[in-house]
Amino acid sequence: MTAYDLFLAPFADFGFMRRALVACLCLGLGSGPIGVFLMLRRMSLMGDAMSHAVLPGAAIGYLVAGSLSLTAMGLGGLVAGLSVALLSGAVSRMTELQEDASFASFYLASLALGVLIVSLRGSNIDLLHVLFGTILAIDASALYLIGAIASLTLIVLAVIYRPLVAECFDPGFLRAVGGRGPVYHVLFLLLVVLNLVASFQALGTLMAVGLMMLPAAVAQLWSRSLPAMMAIAAVSAAASGYLGLIASYHLELASGPTIIMTAAIFYAFSILFAPSGLLRRFFPRPHLKG
Amino acid sequence: MTPLIRLDNLTVAYHRHPAIHHVSGAFAKGSLTAIAGPNGAGKSTLLKAIMGELRPAEGRVEHRLGRAEFGYLPQAAEIDRRFPISVIDTVMLGAWKKTGAFGRIAAAEVKRAGEALSAVGLEGFGKRHVGSLSSGQFQRVLFARLLLQDAGIILLDEPFTAIDARTTRDLLDIVSRWHGEGRTIIAVLHDFELVRAHFPDTLLLARELVGWGPTADVMSSANLMKARAMAERWDEDAEACEPQQAPAP
Repeated sequence: MTAYDLFLAPFADFGFMRRALVACLCLGLGSGPIGVFLMLRRMSLMGDAMSHAVLPGAAIGYLVAGSLSLTAMGLGGLVAGLSVALLSGAVSRMTELQEDASFASFYLASLALGVLIVSLRGSNIDLLHVLFGTILAIDASALYLIGAIASLTLIVLAVIYRPLVAECFDPGFLRAVGGRGPVYHVLFLLLVVLNLVASFQALGTLMAVGLMMLPAAVAQLWSRSLPAMMAIAAVSAAASGYLGLIASYHLELASGPTIIMTAAIFYAFSILFAPSGLLRRFFPRPHLKG
Repeated sequence: MTPLIRLDNLTVAYHRHPAIHHVSGAFAKGSLTAIAGPNGAGKSTLLKAIMGELRPAEGRVEHRLGRAEFGYLPQAAEIDRRFPISVIDTVMLGAWKKTGAFGRIAAAEVKRAGEALSAVGLEGFGKRHVGSLSSGQFQRVLFARLLLQDAGIILLDEPFTAIDARTTRDLLDIVSRWHGEGRTIIAVLHDFELVRAHFPDTLLLARELVGWGPTADVMSSANLMKARAMAERWDEDAEACEPQQAPAP
């Protein structure tokens, strides 16, 4: 088998592989940087909760559209995800419940509701698709949606970069100088939900955060500067997508889980070999003179 | 004495229990005041109420100042120091009044940020990551940010806690320079020695006002005993405080 057969032929020969690849690259570009901010805000598990929260909305979209239409399911998922994010934020502000606890309650309820709605009408196959995604079945319109979300994510992040950094690093200061911290927090949550909706068809509701959090963790192990972390996260997410697709093609594995496993392998590698990783801890380099 | 900020029967409560209770008085323009008192006396709460960050349960804070005229140093624990941001970027946040969320950062501002870093003794630290600094060095960075903010009223919340003696001395020099420039400074402190040595005025707080005026008069041992006794009093089943029960200011 030549290098061409290994790395390029699957994409040259099959349109569905090309579309899956473009989808993966877009998802990586958008979700990687978003994941870095989620992690820095100590909201890693919140992302997970939100991806489940997307489900009932997507399920209703599925019922209405009658098939796995990404537009209908995306719209429903967007509404459901945002409502859960805002509602649980409001509940934690207005009651004694901590934000993680109120998030957990909301997402468990929405996951149960979503699975119930899908099982009302659909088959077990549909349920599997909703939970684990169908990246090889992405059509042109789904691709436009994913591409648009990735572009919007990068543009909005660039525009709100300064206030978002200030809000993460020192929210008290931003309040004191009259910056509208909560506005940027909500804008950021909107981006999170949008990216989850984009990942939804590709990776399913259970693994949609995979391309956010694993690359973000990789980035934090390799760098201490925020721009570099975002670049590393985006590249490692996109590379996980590409390598995962190739592996799933040649080894005949399910694509979504293979992509996430590839990201997990990057993560394991980084834990061992990154500057702040385990090997450095066990085999420290000599300290410097000054 | 021109009053700059007036507290009128100010009460701020958490869960209906007052953290500060019926406090009245005024901060003069150009004054250097320490807010002193035991733990749980409501010192930080008072500072946040002055900034308008906490809403009074009763009474009010009166002033004619815009938000931009306040410079605020939060307690070090409120900042996430593991966030990947450089020293110079942290100082540059002090230019927020000019740059805002989206404005261009002028070269002059960058130069001023560098000068502010030199003024706090951290020349050449600009590119360092804030997570690599000691607590003392990080506090110097926050003072550099205040220098850049160039605010008329400066509020400091526990600025010298967990800081080495030399840094405390350097930062106190900056505070007295601000005082000399006619800025109004209000600092929350729990170190009574520091208050006596460096702050002309003191507001002694133990949820209620114990004393407010020249430090030598306020920090009498009788007042300090009173403050400790008041702060330790906490009544889970306290009755509602009727407005007419408020002591006359």
